[in-house]
Amino acid sequence: MPADRAGRPESPRAPFGRRLCEVAESRVSGGYRLFTLVDEEGPAPAPGQFFMLAAAPDWTGEGGRPYLPRAISHARVVENPAGGLRLDFLIDEVGPGTARLGRMEPGEKCWLAGPFGGRFSLPRQLNPGAAGAILVGGGIGIAPMAVLRRELVDRGIPSRSLLGFRDQAHSGGVDELFGCEETRLAFEDGSSGHKGYVTDLLLQLLEGDDSGSAAIYSCGPPAMLEAVRQICLQREIPVELALESPMACGYGACFGCAVPKADGGYMRLCVDGPVVRGDEIATAMAGEPAVG
Amino acid sequence: MDLATEICGIELTGPVLNGSGTFDALAARKVFGQSLAERFPFDCYVSKTITMHPRPGNPPYRLWEAPSGMINSIGLPGPGLDGFLDNDLGRLAEIGVPLIVSVMADRVEDFEILVKRVADRDEVAGIELNVSCPNVHSGLIVGEQPSETEGLMRALRPITGKPLIVKLTPNVANPHEVALGAEAGGADAVSMINTVKAAAIDPTESRAWLGAGAGGLSGPAVRPIALAQVRAVSAAVEIPVIGMGGITDAESALDFILAGARVIAVGTESFRDPRAGEGVTAGLPAALRRRGFDTLAEAQSATLA
Repeated sequence: MPADRAGRPESPRAPFGRRLCEVAESRVSGGYRLFTLVDEEGPAPAPGQFFMLAAAPDWTGEGGRPYLPRAISHARVVENPAGGLRLDFLIDEVGPGTARLGRMEPGEKCWLAGPFGGRFSLPRQLNPGAAGAILVGGGIGIAPMAVLRRELVDRGIPSRSLLGFRDQAHSGGVDELFGCEETRLAFEDGSSGHKGYVTDLLLQLLEGDDSGSAAIYSCGPPAMLEAVRQICLQREIPVELALESPMACGYGACFGCAVPKADGGYMRLCVDGPVVRGDEIATAMAGEPAVG
Repeated sequence: MDLATEICGIELTGPVLNGSGTFDALAARKVFGQSLAERFPFDCYVSKTITMHPRPGNPPYRLWEAPSGMINSIGLPGPGLDGFLDNDLGRLAEIGVPLIVSVMADRVEDFEILVKRVADRDEVAGIELNVSCPNVHSGLIVGEQPSETEGLMRALRPITGKPLIVKLTPNVANPHEVALGAEAGGADAVSMINTVKAAAIDPTESRAWLGAGAGGLSGPAVRPIALAQVRAVSAAVEIPVIGMGGITDAESALDFILAGARVIAVGTESFRDPRAGEGVTAGLPAALRRRGFDTLAEAQSATLA
């Protein structure tokens, strides 16, 4: 298998330009929206990669926003019976772009560019002694974790998933995106499962584990990712994080998605990420107000 | 329809350039592979701005989405002059379209070194001078002062016979006066507009959103400003104008040509559509005919009523 510089399997390459895809399905999934695009042109994306999405033709709404496409990781990819791929996207409506994507109706068209960025490593590439993988997802960040978990299942690699949500209403997508086995849930409001943060579950799990055999993957809000990163750095456990950042283009043109590197300077998250090793970056909370 | 044209002696297959810093051809080639080389979306490639020494760029956040546009404060990250000449320029030449290299410095002496070393390379067809930086000696933004701009051009003009293009800022009351200074100092063309000074406030915290405090607005939001300034500048100077500012398609590109630009550049729209430049080219023949022109040259020489 060809591999990139970091020893990861090579990531599929995007066709040049953007393409119009039809929305096949759109529904509520937990506290989020899930919609499905049929992509007749692109290669199957790898876990951790992302796409740039913009509704067409009515993207920019009243007030002139959204204007730029939105960078979103797929939550699932399957072959479409009539040809091409079915790409599922999980949407948390937090601003004008995600609000418009959350309103996508079947039959509508959406601009799609990608897949962009590099994929997650496999556990043995991340840690030669890895016995399996621990996936830590928070909120909407469960999407790339679900894709990675599915690949690990297909490859026969054991994994355990720890997923955190603000409340039970926001975890409705878990059953369809994750198998119930080996999945533990945390809720900030204590409505079910563990009351507290998903990082509590990670600490519990690591207490009984041999750190030398762990390989951790995570995606979620910046504060959660930074907490996971610190837990792993302190225990010298290899970890890969899928970050997000404001991003205009997705293909290295705008230089907007700067993330500070551990050894100084910045990386472009779109082409140097979005999956980064915990020790590659200075913080997973770049640009966030200082926590105090 | 044949769209071939030229800008200060550089022969072009068409009138569509990219705005400096809005399309990283090397990153795009890595992302998209061979299909980019087969259909490069611009008739001429303008590099991002090269500085004397490597620069990391500004701290995040660097972007804010504005109504019909965006604000950026990227901070000119780059490999510096040596890194660019040694590692990037040769690979950019493989694209197969004429290359214009953008340079910036905060003192005339450094501008002289940049222009000499870049112009000495056969791969380079022309040089764009990014003058949106303060002169360390005077403290003045060169591109905001007609006399500073003229002085810089007089220092650089003897260094090379290759075209020197001054990138004008819109953040002045009378951009045509700066353009006249550039022309008097020996510039071969002006390109305009650079971004419009802009700021954004964090929606949840009482602070500026952008890491550098403020940035520049681009996209369709600035197009009317750009059209007014292109019109005023092209009426004032004899040298050609490279027009840009929120161009999204052939119709808006033609607006700039009718306002007085000889050729145009696509910038922010490439972020939304990596092949936006190609789309402008594809739509130009129909757009020209719709407005009664049989050739690009007719539109380039038309004057607004």
